[in-house]
Amino acid sequence: MNSVLSSILSWDFVASGIRVTTPILLAALGALVAELAGTPNIALEGTMLFSAFVGVIISGFTQSLWLAVIGALLTGIVMSSILAYFSLKLKTDIIMAAIALNIFASGGTIYALYLLTGDKGSSASLKSLVLPNIDIPIIKNIPILGNILSGHHILTYVAIILVFLIQYMLYKTPLGLRIRSVGESPDAARSVGISVFKTQYTALIISGMLASLGGIFLSMGYVSWFARDMTSGRGFIALAAQALGGTSAYGVALGSLLFGFSEALSFSLQFLNIPYEVTQSMPFIITVGALAFYAWNKSRNKRNRDI
Amino acid sequence: MSEYVLEMRNIWKVYPNGVTANKGVNLKVKKGEIHALLGENGAGKSTLMKILFGFERPTEGEIYYNGELVNINSPYKAIELGIGMVHQHFMLVPSLTVVENVVLGMEPRKGLSIDLKKSIEFVENEMNKYGLPVPLKEKVKDISVGMKQRVEIIKTLVRGADLIILDEPTAVLTPQETVELFKALKNLTKAGKTVIFITHKLNEVKEIADRITVLRRGKTIGEAEVKNITEKDMSRMMVGRDVDIEIDKTPAKPGKIVLEAKNLEYTRFDGVKMLKGVNLKLREGEILGIAGVEGNGQTELVDIITGMDKPENGEIFIFGKNMKEADNPYEFRKIGMSFIPADRMLHGVSKEDTIEENLISDRFNRAPFSKKGVLKYNKITEFAKRMIKEFDIRTDGPKTAVKMLSGGNIQKVVVAREFTSNSKIIVADQPTRGIDIAAADFIRRRLVKERDNNVAVLLISSDLTELLEVSDRILVIYHGEFVAHFENIKEIDEQILGEYMLGIKKMSKEEMGDLI
Repeated sequence: MNSVLSSILSWDFVASGIRVTTPILLAALGALVAELAGTPNIALEGTMLFSAFVGVIISGFTQSLWLAVIGALLTGIVMSSILAYFSLKLKTDIIMAAIALNIFASGGTIYALYLLTGDKGSSASLKSLVLPNIDIPIIKNIPILGNILSGHHILTYVAIILVFLIQYMLYKTPLGLRIRSVGESPDAARSVGISVFKTQYTALIISGMLASLGGIFLSMGYVSWFARDMTSGRGFIALAAQALGGTSAYGVALGSLLFGFSEALSFSLQFLNIPYEVTQSMPFIITVGALAFYAWNKSRNKRNRDI
Repeated sequence: MSEYVLEMRNIWKVYPNGVTANKGVNLKVKKGEIHALLGENGAGKSTLMKILFGFERPTEGEIYYNGELVNINSPYKAIELGIGMVHQHFMLVPSLTVVENVVLGMEPRKGLSIDLKKSIEFVENEMNKYGLPVPLKEKVKDISVGMKQRVEIIKTLVRGADLIILDEPTAVLTPQETVELFKALKNLTKAGKTVIFITHKLNEVKEIADRITVLRRGKTIGEAEVKNITEKDMSRMMVGRDVDIEIDKTPAKPGKIVLEAKNLEYTRFDGVKMLKGVNLKLREGEILGIAGVEGNGQTELVDIITGMDKPENGEIFIFGKNMKEADNPYEFRKIGMSFIPADRMLHGVSKEDTIEENLISDRFNRAPFSKKGVLKYNKITEFAKRMIKEFDIRTDGPKTAVKMLSGGNIQKVVVAREFTSNSKIIVADQPTRGIDIAAADFIRRRLVKERDNNVAVLLISSDLTELLEVSDRILVIYHGEFVAHFENIKEIDEQILGEYMLGIKKMSKEEMGDLI
């Protein structure tokens, strides 16, 4: 038991928790913006995957981190635009359109990977760059605090800043007010001259770009290669984290931390004498539990038809 | 310049599916007047106003505003011209505050943020100018219906509206709130605003409007000064024939108690106690009306009585049988209860299915409509044709999908099914809401006829005129309890009911008698 505790109460564990949380958090913020606009973005998974792929390919061929990041963000915009075109313009069911995009991303990245590198499994043969970790000067030398605050990945810092930015955007700016009103009562928004289409489109674009950042974290954060289906459900976990966290970016951050750390826990426990199958299924058991709680809570709320 | 602020000339609207809603309508509105647009449901009033507000484009016709030909292609354009609309279903975002709702789409900014202080000052200024106070910092979902409507009016005013369209504004209000609304409207016209008021309540027209235009089946039937016309004339213009507004009714001959609710309690998910020990006795051969401002527990009470929901405490007895074990509405129906739900689209019909399928949805598994598990469509169609005729459902035929019908005709489908199921108890929740006079009149008469056949009727309605006209007894519900019981309807009026509905007065247990 002591060894369990000591493995959890270590800096390595905290660091790994934060590492695992980052991509989930970025995508979950994307889930939040889209959800509030009334256009739930189930395509987060596919958007992350495609962005992860595009980032590695661009960085591999151009050796430019900037181009890689820009390319990945554009991928997010394109994926969201396709989703918006089908759901908002052609009025397809947004869930169906998103599922199609996810399947397309899974197959499309493997196909493009094979065309470009001759390999169907991973892009290991392509030499790609890695986005850096950041040491904060002075703070990194303070004991304990330095460990907590400094030395994380650049995208981790970006994600933390984005939590506050997204919260500000949603609850303090005209755009946020419009996103929330369009999501809650589109007719009310339309009646005061707000374009529901433009607002939802904007929200989906923001959502897609956030997912893109989560995607490149996977392929360019600590590794330098893309592997088939490397998102392995993180886009869906992000949806769960959002559902659990509710309508504020802070809540979503907490939800993401729960999922991130439960996954990190499963890594740590692998080194103990706990069967592999149990540790591996931990994050999913927590996901199911959290979603069951969420659904139960929601169904209780739904009984009230007056609001 | 002409004396008219608005002229709509020869407006036609033909929808892509061939339905013609407006057939050359003319409407002329003078500056500073309250102009009532009268007509039954389906007469084309709402379509005409949607065209004026830019929600719909006319197929043909011209709109002159302040003497100029205008092309209103979106609500935005209408707002720009100074036309505002208060919709029947409020266009408000429930979880936002009042002030956020008012400034939505035109938010004052400070840097990147919304300037909340300036927003509040701005809205306060407008609301004081017209004497329409609203609680700015409350969330819209927490304020009363009357307040919500006021917020809608302020929304149009801050956008610079000079012409304000109100779509059946009194349908959701209590008498007291209606008085307040009328006061506010008069203030507005004093300030030089013009009001178009859509309604089919004639007494209100008499009370508030200066002039009327009557539409019938998509055409302008006529316009008149209100002071020169009687209610009877107006109703004849609307319906096209004489309508007896009064329903002839013999005194009820109530029999034994068939439905009894004992000490019902219900707490909503958010901890609000919606029913605080409600008792009710319904006898055969009587119509028991329930009055109350919406949201005082009626919904919960109806849900429990019809088996849609379970009470937290308390019991329901139908024909003396305790319904504790019955866990679905079908068991309530089986034992002999019909139910006309308030939300017809959600609980009344399956809108994708045909009229005939909806008409038999409570008896599809019984002869003659089904034999050995196979539906007998020739029998079903035959039955549906009879119902369409008897209940005057206006449609191309029994195989039409219900969603193609107008609201009034959809309600007739529901009513046709519920009135023909041979039930001894009918629970009618807002049975005539949003449907035209003729159809509403038909349903009310039918309720009385069922009563005369010894059926027990429980009528929940926000239309007090209807309650007073149809009911034999009336209970008033306020904050989850009955606060008044009237056994002699002739002695009371809407004002008296209103006082109890708003909680100003309350009867003691003794005053209410032993039927509760």
